[in-house]
Amino acid sequence: MNAFGQVLRAEFTKFRTVRGWVVAAVAAAGATILLGLLPGMQGSCGRNGPGSECAPTLGPGGEVVVDSFAFAHRPLTGDGSITVRVTSLTSRLLDPGPDGPPPDDGSPHEASAREAATPGASPRGSRPAVVPWSKAGLILKAGTAQSSSYAAVLVTGGHGVRMQYDYTHDRAGTPGTVSTDSPRWLRLTRTGDTVAGAESPDGTTWTTVGSVRLAGLPPTVEAGLFTTSPQHAERVGGSLGAGTTGGPTEATGTFDHLLVRDEARSAGAPGQVARPAWEGENVGMPGPAPQVPGGDLERAGGVFTVTGSGDIAPAVAGAAGIGVSLARTLAGTFVMLLVVTVVSTGFITAEYRCGLIRTTLTASPRRGRLLAAKAVVVGAVAFVTGLVAAAVAVVLGQRVLRGNGVYVHPATTPTELRVIVGTAALLAVAAVLALGLGTLLRRGVTAVATAVAVIVLPYLLAMTVLPDGAARWLLRVSPAAAFALQQTATQYPQVANLYTPANGYFPLAPWAGFGVLAGWAALALGTAAVLLRRRSA
Amino acid sequence: MITVHGLRKRFRGTVALDGMTFAVRPGQVTGFVGPNGAGKSTTMRVILGLDRADAGDALIDGHPYRGLRDPLRHVGSLLDAAALQPGRTARNHLLWLAHSQGLTARRVDEVLDQAGLRAVARRRAGGFSLGMRQRLGIAAALLGDPPALLLDEPFNGMDPEGIVWMRRLLRALAAEGRAVLVSSHLMSELQETADHVVVVGRGKVIADAPVAHLLATAPGARRATLEDVYLALTRDEVEFRAVDPARAR
Repeated sequence: MNAFGQVLRAEFTKFRTVRGWVVAAVAAAGATILLGLLPGMQGSCGRNGPGSECAPTLGPGGEVVVDSFAFAHRPLTGDGSITVRVTSLTSRLLDPGPDGPPPDDGSPHEASAREAATPGASPRGSRPAVVPWSKAGLILKAGTAQSSSYAAVLVTGGHGVRMQYDYTHDRAGTPGTVSTDSPRWLRLTRTGDTVAGAESPDGTTWTTVGSVRLAGLPPTVEAGLFTTSPQHAERVGGSLGAGTTGGPTEATGTFDHLLVRDEARSAGAPGQVARPAWEGENVGMPGPAPQVPGGDLERAGGVFTVTGSGDIAPAVAGAAGIGVSLARTLAGTFVMLLVVTVVSTGFITAEYRCGLIRTTLTASPRRGRLLAAKAVVVGAVAFVTGLVAAAVAVVLGQRVLRGNGVYVHPATTPTELRVIVGTAALLAVAAVLALGLGTLLRRGVTAVATAVAVIVLPYLLAMTVLPDGAARWLLRVSPAAAFALQQTATQYPQVANLYTPANGYFPLAPWAGFGVLAGWAALALGTAAVLLRRRSA
Repeated sequence: MITVHGLRKRFRGTVALDGMTFAVRPGQVTGFVGPNGAGKSTTMRVILGLDRADAGDALIDGHPYRGLRDPLRHVGSLLDAAALQPGRTARNHLLWLAHSQGLTARRVDEVLDQAGLRAVARRRAGGFSLGMRQRLGIAAALLGDPPALLLDEPFNGMDPEGIVWMRRLLRALAAEGRAVLVSSHLMSELQETADHVVVVGRGKVIADAPVAHLLATAPGARRATLEDVYLALTRDEVEFRAVDPARAR
C-alpha cells in the first residue's frame, strides 16, 4: 500500500473505532429518512374517491401543465381571425369558507352571466384585489381537452398585454391595465400552422405582439373568449415562523365588438351555411359554464362578461401552484448536515483536546497528506451515508406523499439521480469544510459552534424566518447554496407563485450552488493545511 | 542512532534550546535528565518533528524525522501517555497506529502481549489508570519494532510491579541493540537502568557521560548516588528552588 493509502486506512480505522461517531452518522441518516417518510403532509389528491386525482396533464412540450379557464368558443376551420375589445378585467380573492354550505346556494338572484369557480359556493365571501396574472382575452386551441396546444393574446391584471402559447411561452405586449377609458383590442389570426397575435388601442392601428408556429394544429380549432385567474399566495410574516396564506381567485373580463372572420366559409358559400354554434364551457374546472345567449355571441353583438378561475400555464410546485417538488422528500437533509458538521469538526478537534494530534503527527509526519486523508475519510463517510439516506428518502418519500394525497411533481430519472447524488456530494463537501474549520480553530466548542453557524444556520434561516431577499442572498453566498442541488422545479416569470427556497426554488443553478460550497471547503481546507504545517503540534 | 546537533529555539524571547548537542547510541539506555524547563521535552519534540528548531538539526540515522517513511519503524516514542481518545479501545488505538505504518493486526496483538495488556485490550482507554496508559504508550512505541526509542517519563504513575517491568524492558531493549533515550526525574530508577546520562540545563548539555564514570568521579567518592551527582551538576540551572525544609527548621 502506498503512503497515502496507509494514512487513509489509519484515519478510517480511527473513525470507525469511535462508537459515538458511527452511531451519530447512522442515526442522522435514519432521521433524514424518517423526516422524508413521516406523513407530515396531507393532500386531497385521490382522497375523495375516483376522479379526485390531482394529475396535471402533460402539455405539448412534455411538461406538466395546468389548464383551467372559462371559455366561450366556436369551431374555426382553416384560416381565419377573431377580434374583440376588452374593456375591463377585475379580480376577486375568494375566501375559502370553512363554514358549511354557503347560504346563497341555488338562490334565485345568481347573476346570469356569471359562473363560479367552485360549484355551490357562489357568491361567497370575496373581496376585490389586483391579481397580476389574471387573464382575459382570445384563445385559439386545438380542442377543448385540457393540455392541448393553443395560442392566446390576452390582457392581464398587472402585466399588460401578453401573447402566450403552449403553456410555457410568453411574450410581452403593451404594459398597462384595461378600463373603459383605455380599452384594448385584441386579435388572433390563423394562417396555416401560424398564429399571430395583435393588439390595438382603437381597433384601427394594430401592433403584432407575436407570431408563432404551432405544428400539428388541426384544421378545425376552437376559438373564442376566455378568462382565468390563478391561485393567490402571499407570505405572512411573524417574527418567528413566517408562513404563507392564499387561495383561489376569480376574474371577470368584459368584452365587446366581437368579430370572427372565417376564410373557409366566406370563400366557399357566403351566407349559405349558418354560423357554427357558440358554446360556453369551463375547461378543467367545475361550476356553471359561461352563458352564451342564443348560442351565438357574434349575433348578440353586445357586451359579454366571462368569469373564470384557474390558469393556463406550466404547473409549478408551491404555495400558489399545485403539489410539491421532489425536494420535499429531502426536507430532513439538514439533520444529516448538522451531524456531519459536528462529527467532522470533532474528527480533528478531539485529537487536539486529547493531545492525540501529537501521536498522529509522529505516525504521519507529512501534515498535508494527513489532512487530505482526514478529509477523504469524513467526505466519504458523509457521501455514503448521505447517498443511502437520500436514495431511500426520495424513492420512498414520493410514494408516501402520493399515498397521502399530495401531488409530487414528477422528475426525470437523471434529475432524481442528480438530486440524490447531489445531496450526498453536498454532505461530503460540507464535511470537508467542517474539518477545515476544526483544524483552523482547534478548540472543540469554538470550532463546532463556528462550523454550525457557517454551514447549517444559513440554510435553516433561509428556509424559515428570513424574508425572501435575504434568504436568496444567503443561498447565493453561503455554503447553503449547495442545496440548489435539490432543486427540481422550474421557475416561470409568467406564473404567479411564491418561488421561495422553502418551496424548492433556489437562486442558483444546481451545480453552481455546489460550486459555492466547494469554494468554501477549498478555502477552509487550504488555509488549514498551511496553518497545520506551520504550527507546532 | 539519534543525533542532536546545535539545536536552538526561542519561544517569545525565552531561550528553550541553546545549542543542544548529544547522541543516543545503540545498545544502551541513555538517561535524559535535567530540571523542569531545561529543554528535555522540547528536544524530544524537535527530534520527532513536532516542533521546528530555529537552528541545528536532529537526525535519525542521518535523516530528519519528517522525511522518514513509516517513522514508527525507525523511532518509537512515548511523549504523553494520557494522549488517548477515551472512547477508543486499547487495541483499536494500536490498530490505527499499525495501519498508519502498514503493519497488521497481528503485530498489535504481539505488542499488547509484550506490554501485558492482553486482558484489557478491548476496554476503552478512557477507563485506564496512568500505569495502564504508560503500558499502552510503550506498546505503541514498540509497534514498529524500531531500532530507536524515545520515552518521556515512562515510570510515571506505575505501580512497583510496573516499575520493575519497565526497568527490565528497557534493559532488554538495549540488549537487543536498540538506542533507548529515557527522560526521567527519578534518578534512582535511572541509576539502576541507564548506561549513560545526558544532563541538561537551560537548553544545553551540562554533562554527557556513562553513569559509571559520573559516579566514580563524583566528589562524595564511594557512596555517591546519581541523584547527588545530578543535584551537584544542576545546582545553578534550576529555575525554582524552595527552602530546604531540613535547614529551615
